[in-house]
Amino acid sequence: MLHEARSGHTGGSLSAVDAIVALYFHHMRHNPGNPRDPDRDRFILSKGHAVPALYATLAECGYFDVGELLTLRKINSRLQGHPANIKTPGIEVSTGSLGQGLSFGIGVALAGKLDGKDYNVYVMVGDGETDEGQIWEAAAAASHYKLDNLTALLDRNRLQIDGFTEDVMALEVASERWRAFGWNVLEVDGHNMREILDVLHKADAHKNQPTMIILHTVKGKGVSFMENKVQYHGVAPTDEEYKKAMKELDELEKKILEKYEKRR
Amino acid sequence: MGKLINPRDVYGDTLIELGEINPDIVALDADLSKSTKTCKFCYRFPNRFFNMGIAEANMVSVAAGLASCGKIPFVSTFAVFVPGRTYDQIRMSVAYSDMNVKLFSTHAGVSVGKDGVSHQMLEDLALMRVLPNMKIFIPSDPVITKKIVYLMAENKGPMYSRVGREPMEIIYDEKELEDLKIKRMLHIKDGDDLALIACGTMVKNAIEAGKELEKKGISTGIVDAWNLKPFDNHTIDKIAKKVNAILTIEEHSVIGGLGGAVAERLSETGYKGRFIRMGINDMFCESGDPRDLLEKYGLTIKHIVNQAEKMV
Repeated sequence: MLHEARSGHTGGSLSAVDAIVALYFHHMRHNPGNPRDPDRDRFILSKGHAVPALYATLAECGYFDVGELLTLRKINSRLQGHPANIKTPGIEVSTGSLGQGLSFGIGVALAGKLDGKDYNVYVMVGDGETDEGQIWEAAAAASHYKLDNLTALLDRNRLQIDGFTEDVMALEVASERWRAFGWNVLEVDGHNMREILDVLHKADAHKNQPTMIILHTVKGKGVSFMENKVQYHGVAPTDEEYKKAMKELDELEKKILEKYEKRR
Repeated sequence: MGKLINPRDVYGDTLIELGEINPDIVALDADLSKSTKTCKFCYRFPNRFFNMGIAEANMVSVAAGLASCGKIPFVSTFAVFVPGRTYDQIRMSVAYSDMNVKLFSTHAGVSVGKDGVSHQMLEDLALMRVLPNMKIFIPSDPVITKKIVYLMAENKGPMYSRVGREPMEIIYDEKELEDLKIKRMLHIKDGDDLALIACGTMVKNAIEAGKELEKKGISTGIVDAWNLKPFDNHTIDKIAKKVNAILTIEEHSVIGGLGGAVAERLSETGYKGRFIRMGINDMFCESGDPRDLLEKYGLTIKHIVNQAEKMV
């Protein structure tokens, strides 16, 4: 997708995608045939630049055709470079200017409380994104309104465009910051499916507080030469890199399938 | 002088009326509910009122989230803060996302007075006018204020409205506004020599200036540009055909607001008459009594009369 588009954010999509897959395939109540179902659980990608991970997930779920993924970032496509609710089925709100998605999620959670609905709201926030002041306005408001139907997922891949988060604008100790703002904070390996699913159940069950799940992730996860490399934040793979990356991912897929077959 | 009513009180009272009719109406404020009068809604519907604290960026995006679930959120604070502090939130969460959010700001204009420049919003109309999907309404009296709040609740889409801090005189009776329509300015009076096109607080001044000018033998048309966007090109074209002098008056920068919108239309249609924009002349003002400020910065009835006389 990104290779075809010749642009886009590879690293942050790969760090985010496992949690997104877990939510859409194993956790959230949603209906690709009726993306506006008022009772649906909501997923909001506040770190909008990771939208290739969301598009791929939505397509695999059936929100639109998988073939459409290759139109990403091209003229007349429904798949914009950053999420656009007015274009793409399954996208809740337009993001891409960082810091706004968590606040939007608060509005959805407040509406759910007002209407007595039991849906949950999941918002994925980038670690670099928490530099934005609006995130902390939202952090205060979510705990003030005791929004236990709201869960944020922090994609803690430790890198932002200009380098390591701790060099650009330190955000540790992140868990203590969120706890101080009145959140229930949980931490997991963001690439371990079992851990992700367990922690989502814990988040849903928690009462009277919003939950922050810190996903410890690897930027560029799954492609050896991209992992933890800041230069793959905002670029698509070259032809050669694409071939190499796909080979690695295909091998990985084969390994997973073999393991799965053996277990059956 | 007629009876003075504060448009902020009208806003608060109308929100309650709407709230009784429609359970989806909700209100948000950023710690200024006693000034914007959303406190009235809060007393009546505490569960449907959200004080977001002094955090306007969050408030605007939260409103978008509420709107995405079918709520009709009215967002209020001073105009310097919304839209002033929150252009990007309005652009992304509201306008581009096409959310049914109603931004109703108060304390717009230089007549906020003694608080000074930090609280005198003179660029809001320009900021909101450049946003696709946004509709803009500027009440010119207490009666149309109520009408506009209803109209915002009953029509879908992102909308912005602004009133000042000061009370206003009544211009309209309710009957006159019965078929108020979006994209149609209000033609208060016809005139053959000159047209005064004003909005908000300046409409009353334009009407009074018009009376003075008539006494001097200048036939003066008056238009209330209460709906700045979508812009009523039709009315501007009609006026341009009729008079050889057009003067716009607004409590806003002369750049990008009503004067800007009229100028764009007149130049595109090849207007040959005289055209002047009255407003705040691309500058920051200062603290002072509202009346002294309007006097010093050239927005009184006398200033309008003097300017108009020079044009005919």
